[in-house]
Amino acid sequence: MFTARGLTKVYPMGDVVVHALRGVDFDLFPGELVVLLGPSGSGKSTLLNVLGGLDVPTEGHVVYRDHNLTEAGEAALTEYRRDHVGFVFQFYNLIPSLTARENVSLVTEISTDPMTPEAALELVGLSGRLDHFPAQLSGGEQQRVAIARAIAKQPDVLLCDEPTGALDITTGVVVLEALAKVNQELGTATVVITHNAAIAAMADRVVRLADGHVSGVERNRTKVAARDVTW
Amino acid sequence: MVSRLPLSALDRKLLRDLWGMRSQALAIALVMAAGVSMYVTYLSNFDSLRRTVDTYYEQQRLADVFVTLKRAPERLTDRLRNIPGVEVADTRVVASVTLDVPGLNEPAAGLLVSVPSGTRPLLNDVFLRQGRWPDAGRPDEVLASEAFCTAHGFEPGASVAAIINGRRRNLRIVGIALAPEFVYSIPPGEMIPDDRRFGVFWMERRALAAAYNMEGGFNQVAFSLTPAAQEAEVIASVDRLLEPYGGLGAIPRARQFSAWTLENELTQLQTFGFLVPLIFLAVAAFVLNVAMVRALALQRPQIAALKALGYSNRQLAWHYLKWALAIALTGAAVGVAAGGWLGTAMIELYNQYFRFPELEYRLSADVVIGAVAFSLVAAALGARSAVSRAVQVPPAEAMRPEAPAHYRQSLLERAGLSRYLRPTTRMLLRTLERQPIRTGASVLGIALAGAVLFVGFVFIDAITELVDSEFQVRMRQDVTVSFVEPRSARVLYDMERLPGVVYVETQRTVPVRLRAGHRERTLAITGLPRTPTLNRVIDQYGHETLMPATGLLLSSILAEVLRVAPGDDVTVEVLEGARPVVRLPVAALVDDAMGLQAYLASDELHRLMREGNLVSGAYLQVDEARMSDLEARLKLIPAVAGVALTETMRQSFRETMAENINIQIFINVIFAGIIAFGVVYNAARISLSERSRELASLRVLGFTRQEISLILLGELGIVTAVSLPLGSLIGYGLSWLIVGSFASEVYRIPLVVRASTIAWTWIVVATAAVLSGLVVRRRLDQLDLVAVLKSRE
Repeated sequence: MFTARGLTKVYPMGDVVVHALRGVDFDLFPGELVVLLGPSGSGKSTLLNVLGGLDVPTEGHVVYRDHNLTEAGEAALTEYRRDHVGFVFQFYNLIPSLTARENVSLVTEISTDPMTPEAALELVGLSGRLDHFPAQLSGGEQQRVAIARAIAKQPDVLLCDEPTGALDITTGVVVLEALAKVNQELGTATVVITHNAAIAAMADRVVRLADGHVSGVERNRTKVAARDVTW
Repeated sequence: MVSRLPLSALDRKLLRDLWGMRSQALAIALVMAAGVSMYVTYLSNFDSLRRTVDTYYEQQRLADVFVTLKRAPERLTDRLRNIPGVEVADTRVVASVTLDVPGLNEPAAGLLVSVPSGTRPLLNDVFLRQGRWPDAGRPDEVLASEAFCTAHGFEPGASVAAIINGRRRNLRIVGIALAPEFVYSIPPGEMIPDDRRFGVFWMERRALAAAYNMEGGFNQVAFSLTPAAQEAEVIASVDRLLEPYGGLGAIPRARQFSAWTLENELTQLQTFGFLVPLIFLAVAAFVLNVAMVRALALQRPQIAALKALGYSNRQLAWHYLKWALAIALTGAAVGVAAGGWLGTAMIELYNQYFRFPELEYRLSADVVIGAVAFSLVAAALGARSAVSRAVQVPPAEAMRPEAPAHYRQSLLERAGLSRYLRPTTRMLLRTLERQPIRTGASVLGIALAGAVLFVGFVFIDAITELVDSEFQVRMRQDVTVSFVEPRSARVLYDMERLPGVVYVETQRTVPVRLRAGHRERTLAITGLPRTPTLNRVIDQYGHETLMPATGLLLSSILAEVLRVAPGDDVTVEVLEGARPVVRLPVAALVDDAMGLQAYLASDELHRLMREGNLVSGAYLQVDEARMSDLEARLKLIPAVAGVALTETMRQSFRETMAENINIQIFINVIFAGIIAFGVVYNAARISLSERSRELASLRVLGFTRQEISLILLGELGIVTAVSLPLGSLIGYGLSWLIVGSFASEVYRIPLVVRASTIAWTWIVVATAAVLSGLVVRRRLDQLDLVAVLKSRE
C-alpha cells in the first residue's frame, strides 16, 4: 500500500534544528499490523505523520497506492486523510467540548461510507458511554473513543502514535485488543508506534527505528494475542 | 440508527466553546453592541427624520426660494411669476409683533403671517392640527403655532394680546397649526427655541394688510421652481426685480433658517451614525483579534486533530470565523434592541425641538441590516488574521507543543536598572515587552474608551463655554430692545426714563449684502459704540475684541465664506433706505462662535447711511428689583418690536441644555465604561489563561495570592496607566475633527478642554479597569494549583 523511499525530515524547534528522519525506506501491505519500535526521538512519529499526510518530508518520496504524497498539495493531503487514513494519538486529541458520540460524528459527517458512531463505539466496547464528555471518561476509554473515531470512516489504514503511551497496563491492553479487533474484523492495515518492545509481539512485522534510521525489520512467526501482551 | 442531528458536530463544538468563554465573548459582544446601538440610534433617527421632512415639505409645498422686502404692489406678482424657472410665486404679508401673553410676565415675540381668504396658500401651506380656519371678515381670528399653544396650554378659544402697528389688539385663537417653514423656530435674536416666548400666527390677508397699510401689496414672496431651473439665476432675477421695493435679498431653501437647521441636524446624524460606531467596532475588532489569537493558541491540539481527521483549512477557518460572527451577531442583536430604545428616546427629544404634524420613530429593515452587516464585517476583519494564522499551521506541527516563547531582558533592565527590579516585576515587564502588538492593542483599546468619553465631555465643556461667553462676557445688558423702525437717538432718553433702567446703550443694525468677488452673503451690519460696555464683541474663548478705528470687523466664519482677510475690501450693498453701495475695508476679524457677523463703529455706519443718529435697538442695564415693572411697561410700547431678557434666555438655554447634557453624560459613561471594561477584562482573562501555569508554579514555590495577583494586575495597571494620556490625546484629536465638522455658517463650537474633563475621563476609565481587574482577581484566587500543573500545555 505504502512505498516510502529515502525519507528525510528536518524541522526547526525553537532555536534548535531537529533531524527527525535521515533517509528512511518503508513499506506497508494491505491488512498487516506493523509495529514501529524505537526510543523517543528516533523519528517514529515523524514517519507516521508523513505516511498520514500530516507532514511532508524534506527529501524522498512516499506513494500510497496511486497517490504521490510528496507532491500532493494541502488540499490533496486533506482529501487523502479524509478518505483513507485513521489516526490515533498518544494524548487522544479528543475535542473536549464534544461527547464520545459527537467526537465520532466529526468523522462520520465528512466521510463517504462511514459506519454509525454507535457501531464504531460498540466495536471498541463503549456502547454504554455514548454521551459522556472526554473529561468524564478514563484515559483508556478516551483512547478507545479515539480509535472508534479513527475507524468509523472505515479507513484503509490506521496510524496509531503511542496509543498506550499514556495508559497503565490494564487499560493499555484493552486498547490494544480494540486495535487488534479492528485489524482482524475490518482488515484495516495498521501501524502502531511504540517504544514498548512488548507490544511488538502482537505485530505481523516489526520495524525498528533509531536516530532517524531503520535499524532492523523482523517478521513475527507467531503473533501473540493482544490480551496476552504484558510489560 | 443515529437520529439525524440538527447541528453538525463541529457546530456543537462551536456553541460549547463559545459557552466556555462566554464572559469574554459577552464583553466583546457588548463593545460591539455599543457601536451597533449608536449606529441604529443615529441612522434610524436620520431615516425617520428624513422621511418625515421630505413628506412634510412635499405635502405642504415648502417653497424653494424666499424673499422679504419692504413693500411691493400686488401687480408685480405677474412679473415675478414670469421669471424663467419660476413655477409658482406666492405673495403674502408678514409682520413681527410684541405679544402680551396671559400668565407670562415678560413680553413675547410673535410673527404674523397672512393666509389668503377662502383658499389655501399656494406655497408653505399651513397644517391645521385642531380647530378651524379664521372666518372671512373676522380680523381678530388667527391660527396659532402649535409649539406656542402647547407651551401655554392654549386651546382654540384662547386669546393673546398683540401690539399691531402701534395698537394693542386681541387675537382670538380659532385653530392650532403648523407650517413646514417653522419646523424649527427660535425667538428673534436668540440661540435656541423658547416656545413660551415665540409664536407664529396666521391671519387672514385682508385683516393683516389693513393693519399694516399693505392693502394691494405684499412684503414677502415664496417661489417654487421648475425642475430644470437654475436657482442662482432665479435668485438674481428676483433680487433685480425687487430691489426698488426694498428687497432684502432672496434666499434659497438651503439657507432658510428652519430648513437649514434640519438639514444640518440630518447631516450630523449621518456623520455621527458612521463615525461613532466605527470607533466602537474598531475597538471590538481589536479586542476580538487578541482574544481569538489566544483562544486559538489553546485550540492548537484540537486544530491538529481535526486536520488529521480530514477537515480542510477552509472548513476550519470557517468554523473559527463563525466564533467571531456569533459574537458579532449577539452584539448586533443587543445593539439593535438598545439602539431601537435609544432611538425612540431621541425622537422624543426631536419632537420637543422640531414641530411636525407627525414625527414617528421608524426602525427600518435597511438600518437593521446595515447594523448587522457592519458588525459582522468588523468581527470578520478582527478575526481574520488570527484564524488564518491558526489554521495554516501544518497539522504535525500543531501536534507538538508550542516552542517556549522568546523572552529577553526588558528595556529597564537593559538600561541597567535590573538590580532594582524584583523577579516578579521583571516577569511583568518582559511579558509586556514580548508582545508589543498585543500590549499596544490593549493600550489603544482602553485609550479609545477614554477618547470616546473625552469627546463627550469636551462637548459639554464647549456648550458651557459658549453659554458663559455669550451671557457673561458678551451680553452684559439685562434687556435687549429692538424697534419696529429705526428711530431717532432721542429714544435713548425715553428709555432711560423707563422703570429700573440704569444705563442705556444704543445699537444700529442695517440689512446689507456683502460681496467679495462672486461670493456674497446677506446679513446685518451691527453698528456699535467705539468702546461698547454692554453688548461687546468677543471671540469664541471669551476675550473682548476692540472695535477697529475704521473699517469692518467681521466674524472669521464670514471672512472664510467671503474668502477675505484684513486689508481686503468688500462691497457693501445696503438693503434699506436709499440703498447706497460702497466699498469698505475689512479692518479686523473676530474668531467668534456665533454666525455671520459684521460690525462697524456706529458713527461710520451713520455716515455710510447718510443718516443722523438713528438707532434700531437699545441695550438696557436694569435694576433687578424693578425688572417686572419694566417688563410690564415694555409690552405696551408700540415702537418696540421685540424684547429679549438676558436672564430668561440664559435660563431657558441652561434648562434645555441640562436635559440633553445629562442624557449625553449618561450614554457616554455607560458606553466608554463598556469599552474600557471589555478591553481590560479580555486582556486580563488572556493573561490569566496564558500564565495560569506560571502563576500556579509561583504559588507552589510559596508566593502569596497577593503577590501573584500583583503580577497579573500590575500588567493591567501599567497598560491602563499608559492608555490614559493617550486616550486624552486621541480624544482631543477626535474632538478637533468633530468640532470642525460641526462648524457651519450659523455657529461653531469652541474647542475647550477643562481639567475636570481629563480628570473625569481618567476616573471613569480607571474605575472600569479596576472593576474588571477585581473580577479576574476572583478567578485567580480560585486557581486550582494541582489541576493547572498536571494538565498538558
